[in-house]
Amino acid sequence: MRKTFASGNMAIAEGALTAGLKFYAGYPITPSSEIMEYLAEKLPEYGGVLIQMEDEIASINAVIGASWAGAKAMTATSGPGFSLMAEAIGLAIITETPLVVVNVMRAGPSTGVPTKTSQSDVLQARWMSHGDYIIPVYSPWSVQEAYDLTIKAFNTAELLRTPVVVLSDAVIAHLWEPLTLMERGDVEIVNRKTPVDPTGEPYPPYKPDPDLVPPMPLFGRGFKVLVESLIHDERGFYSPRDDGYRSLVKRISLKVLKRLDYVYEQDARFTEDADVLLVSYGSTARSTYLATIELRKQGVKAGFLRLKTLWPLDDDRIRKTSNARKIIVVENNIGKIYLDIDRIFKDREVYPSPVLSLELPTPRDVLEAVEPWL
Amino acid sequence: MTRQIHPLDKHLRLERIPTLYCPGCGLGIALGALLRALDKRISEGTINPDKVLWVGGIGCSSRMVFYVNYDAAHVIHGRAIPFALGAVLANPDLLAIVTGGDGDIAGIGGNHLIHAARRNVDMIVLMFTNFVYAMTGGQVAPTTPRGVSTTTTPRGNPEYPVNAVKLVGSLNANYVARASVTTPHYIEQFFYKALGMRGFRFIEIVSTCPEIYGRHIGLRDPVEMYSELRKRVKYKHKPSLEKAEIDWEKGIVIGEFVERSNPSLIEILKGVRS
Ligand SMILES: Cc1ncc(C[n+]2csc(CCOP(=O)(O)OP(=O)(O)O)c2C)c(N)n1
Ligand code: SF4
Repeated sequence: MRKTFASGNMAIAEGALTAGLKFYAGYPITPSSEIMEYLAEKLPEYGGVLIQMEDEIASINAVIGASWAGAKAMTATSGPGFSLMAEAIGLAIITETPLVVVNVMRAGPSTGVPTKTSQSDVLQARWMSHGDYIIPVYSPWSVQEAYDLTIKAFNTAELLRTPVVVLSDAVIAHLWEPLTLMERGDVEIVNRKTPVDPTGEPYPPYKPDPDLVPPMPLFGRGFKVLVESLIHDERGFYSPRDDGYRSLVKRISLKVLKRLDYVYEQDARFTEDADVLLVSYGSTARSTYLATIELRKQGVKAGFLRLKTLWPLDDDRIRKTSNARKIIVVENNIGKIYLDIDRIFKDREVYPSPVLSLELPTPRDVLEAVEPWL
Repeated sequence: MTRQIHPLDKHLRLERIPTLYCPGCGLGIALGALLRALDKRISEGTINPDKVLWVGGIGCSSRMVFYVNYDAAHVIHGRAIPFALGAVLANPDLLAIVTGGDGDIAGIGGNHLIHAARRNVDMIVLMFTNFVYAMTGGQVAPTTPRGVSTTTTPRGNPEYPVNAVKLVGSLNANYVARASVTTPHYIEQFFYKALGMRGFRFIEIVSTCPEIYGRHIGLRDPVEMYSELRKRVKYKHKPSLEKAEIDWEKGIVIGEFVERSNPSLIEILKGVRS
């Protein structure tokens, strides 16, 4: 363990190094660039390679290729670049390629406000690519958690052979806080399962184990791997029939849902006696938490629930978190995760509390936003 | 395991043969020539087949990668080059061979082509020029000659085509050549040479698509189309880039236009050359 002082962007880069990052490809964009700049300095010392590509499309495709060559691989970007990656994230999904994509959110749509924060990409992160699938999305609220959840994102990607998104934002990116770095032995590091020695016959890259995750044959080891973007059978052969299509598409979602216990994380406080539950996530949750404490001082029995995993959600666990009659979802967008919380607590009063602020909303902003519902 | 009959069968995923290519398509001729060159390299012991990686985007030409009995990736349209780049940088022992159509490599993937050549990154790119978007049914391609009517240029193509050999040759590629399915021995010879080099190696292979392009230019019969292409193809010994004409009327020059031994990206990153 080593104590230091770092920004959220540095913490993400350090988390990736601890997790075993060996390949990074990216394209500069505010407010994510420091992740690439930091790794450009450090990754070679860890035996890895970093390259600045011609665009974000090239970056994510290079990351997929590197992962099949055996490297833990990552890219980081912000809204405009994230949108450009949409198609290739689908490639990573259907080829079951472990990798991590960091989106440091900034205000949009389009070029938006490059230097200012937002939480508007929370639904895009889930469903940015066409087709049916479920991919994990993590959302840190502090520098320490940016580090911890980046490690978790790599572990999840390796465990489930899937792309994983880390949603940071402009506030977390440039926030400086104390950070405890772990040595590789102090923290659980998951590595993908690979098949045993090649037999000379092509190895079926999509043949699942009972956990629904197939061992991943890597390039260059005699497995005659077939990475296939078309809907495919276990061998990777194109298979446009209903039965094969259904079983593949269901399996890539189910393998994630089966490990919801591992993937889903939340942080609940003051929930036992709460009449009102404030639900929040990412940087906005910092102010929502302070607002919760302020409300309690004022005699309101307020509780606090912070989602660390934004997708998939553990509906049961969320429902059981609190018996609060009123639930208010505080987020820095037009009210997106509200849609899920409203669905999960369909028998309670659930209200959206969108703050839509280019700066980190203050606890006062949050109090003003939730007051109408109290 | 399917029984081998043809000497090149060991290079193919026989369960997937016959290919989905139309009868008379030029791509099969090219694949045969490529595999003969690879076979020669492997039997000489200069290439380890376990390290060979074929990467293709989307299109008839890109599909070649799932017929060969090697590590292979059939990725998304236009992105085979960056996928291959990631793979070779992560494992420099890999020998990446990218195949794709003129649309895949020089159209949607054109920017990646430029930057891969500029970087002199270690890979071989085989671009199959059939002058049309074949897989999607005959739309105009960046290589379609002016005036040709396609499904999206029904009044004739108003645009000038790209000359990919000149484009790539103007950058930092170590090898730039053009062959044609009417000269399979040159495909074999150029690919054999490229397999022994480092850095970015680009071979444009002019191919026949009687099914789609043949319809557009009135050469629906595969043999007729092949003969018409053969008449237009002229081999030149080590011609300069200025000579790299590709014009259905004036002729198609094939040959080895560029041969350099500039340090490759991997050599530079490894510090063995600077
Ligand atoms: C992003 C995207 N856009 C469009 C397509 C549809 N598409 C498939 S193949 C192709 C073009 C094929 O032409 P070319 O690359 O020249 O290959 P050919 O079939 O002629 O060998 C297109 C446009 C796609 N698969 N993906
Ligand atoms: S459409 Fe053209 S290029 Fe495609 S397989 Fe048929 S003949 Fe070949």
